Amino acid sequence: MPEDGALCGTFFMNGDVACAEGAISAGCRFFAGYPITPATEVAERMSERLPHVGGIYIQMEDEIASMNAILGASWAGLKAMTSTSGPGFSLMMENLGLGVMLETPCVLVNIQRAGPSTGLPTMAAQGDMMQARWGSHGSYEIIALVPSSPQEIFDLTITAFNLSERYRVPVLVMSDEAVGHMSEKVVIPRISPKELVSRRRPDGTQEQYLPYKADEDLVPPMAIAGEGYRFHVTGLTHDERGYPVMTVEAQDQLVRRLVDKIRLNKKDIIRYEEVGVEDAEVIVCAYGISTRVARLAVQEARNAGIRAGMLRLITVWPFAEDRIRELAQQVKAFVVPEINYGQIVLEVERCAAGKASTLLVPHMGGGVHHPQTILKAIKEAVQ
Amino acid sequence: MTTPLTVGENTVDSLLRLDRMPHIWCQGCGIGPAVGCFTRAIESSGLDPDKIALVSGIGCAGRAAGYVKLDSFHTTHGRALPFATGLKLGNPELNLVIFSGDGDLVAIGGNHLIHSARRNMDMTVICINNFNYGMTGGQAGPTTPLDARSTTTPYGNFEYPFNVPYLVAASGATYVARWTVLHVRQLEWSIAEAMTKPGFSFIEVLAPCPTLYGRMNKEPKGLDTMHSYQERSVVRDGADPKDVAIDSDGPIVVGKFVDIERPTFWDQWKLLLDRAREKKK
Repeated sequence: MPEDGALCGTFFMNGDVACAEGAISAGCRFFAGYPITPATEVAERMSERLPHVGGIYIQMEDEIASMNAILGASWAGLKAMTSTSGPGFSLMMENLGLGVMLETPCVLVNIQRAGPSTGLPTMAAQGDMMQARWGSHGSYEIIALVPSSPQEIFDLTITAFNLSERYRVPVLVMSDEAVGHMSEKVVIPRISPKELVSRRRPDGTQEQYLPYKADEDLVPPMAIAGEGYRFHVTGLTHDERGYPVMTVEAQDQLVRRLVDKIRLNKKDIIRYEEVGVEDAEVIVCAYGISTRVARLAVQEARNAGIRAGMLRLITVWPFAEDRIRELAQQVKAFVVPEINYGQIVLEVERCAAGKASTLLVPHMGGGVHHPQTILKAIKEAVQ
Repeated sequence: MTTPLTVGENTVDSLLRLDRMPHIWCQGCGIGPAVGCFTRAIESSGLDPDKIALVSGIGCAGRAAGYVKLDSFHTTHGRALPFATGLKLGNPELNLVIFSGDGDLVAIGGNHLIHSARRNMDMTVICINNFNYGMTGGQAGPTTPLDARSTTTPYGNFEYPFNVPYLVAASGATYVARWTVLHVRQLEWSIAEAMTKPGFSFIEVLAPCPTLYGRMNKEPKGLDTMHSYQERSVVRDGADPKDVAIDSDGPIVVGKFVDIERPTFWDQWKLLLDRAREKKK
């Protein structure tokens, strides 16, 4: 094990554990959480590992407290994370909004299970995708990444921290029970400090520091508590000084910037993988665990002579709308398998804008699609 | 010939955001005097203000974060304590003060209050108790005395209130005191003592709310409530917290009720680190 305590080598581990290791490799040194199936193993791993890498683990009294604790730790200068599942994710929504408003880097992992309510705690779903986008009140933009394997949850947890520090926004890792509890080979490389992003710090004098005066990329440099800046931050609408200003103008200026700092940088944020889309007449647009089934269905469709391809969304929020618009010019249809009754399909349909048809392949949760179900939808879509 | 009374610069001005004055608090409100005691406590304690962070929740008292020239965080309703927990553990050198109201800390944030006390998290809570929700217009809460009027108890409050010092002491706080804003000296000393003592310290500060609670309960001026504090307060240091419940017109027991030693969260964390290293060998 290298000096900094991050693992290095080839391992057989489940997605939850790989997520925790990704966080440690990314430099996460604070974890606050509350036990919940199927995300508990992330917390367990962090409780075991953080004491050995100079980090702190705390089990909070609930998920509301967990979310707040990671915001506080981030303002003390640490990279901080929490993990949860559906019910806990709902409890975190209010203070996810505080994270957005205070522009606090942090990572929130949701190992999705089937809902609504207590639902199927031990079984997979992708039912929180719209909640990830719209769950907190008010207008805002968020970043959400969706891994499809233990290896990818390791990699994307690092990406999540990097994007979070880069844009000063909470980043969501929207995994699911199937990935979380699946054990596979995970290769943990030696991460060089150059691969890790840290928030931009203020370089002016303390007297002149304005906590919310943004640079050209719309992201303000961030001071941390205890350095003598004596800054004020508030969840109220505020100006560059961080002071509350209760006007329509201040609201306009602030909300526009919070949203635009993500929207205008979406090229840097959006990641996807394409499989056989060049000549495709039908594209399966999928994310997370569903892409592993979809991959097989697309292969079988090709074998049956259908020009099928796959667009695997890795960043789900902000949405890859430009790419869908382009592809809509080329294909007859998009097939969207998801483990819910239709969420991301609405975005695909919006971007296809009638240029291509859109076919939802829903699964109510508790498992993954059968490849034949998706294949059947592909065949239906090209008829 | 009379000498004109001139007021020089207040020594605590450097701890206030004067560019944000005037503040939003009503005439006769007790929160301002409590902030004054807090700033003088910083001064008298000799603590480095650069290393003090103040966290507030939502409500009238929660606005204190916006008026002090410290690293200050105005968070969400009830959540100042877990936010402060993250800050403290992220940088144990910070001296954490939570300045918020009774509704924020005891109602919506009640769970965080008892758990922060249980952990003996090293921080000082200044809980302004004005017996009602001021910011939203005078509704009853978990500290509203029995029979008191509020906009949501028009026939008198029928729920029993918390005895807050008892709750916090039972949960594990190592320093518990109560003062009113009439007791400016004692309150200042108490805050300084709490801030320099390791562990979870809790100070309940009774404060007039003439605009709402006072108006509805026969004390329409701040001064009326101050007179009532003067008449009803009994200083009893070391009083058993279970005996300090407040009713609408009985005596108000003030003083330092609890001042004990118990390992803090951080002390326990250091023991855990040793155990973790031991296990690794």
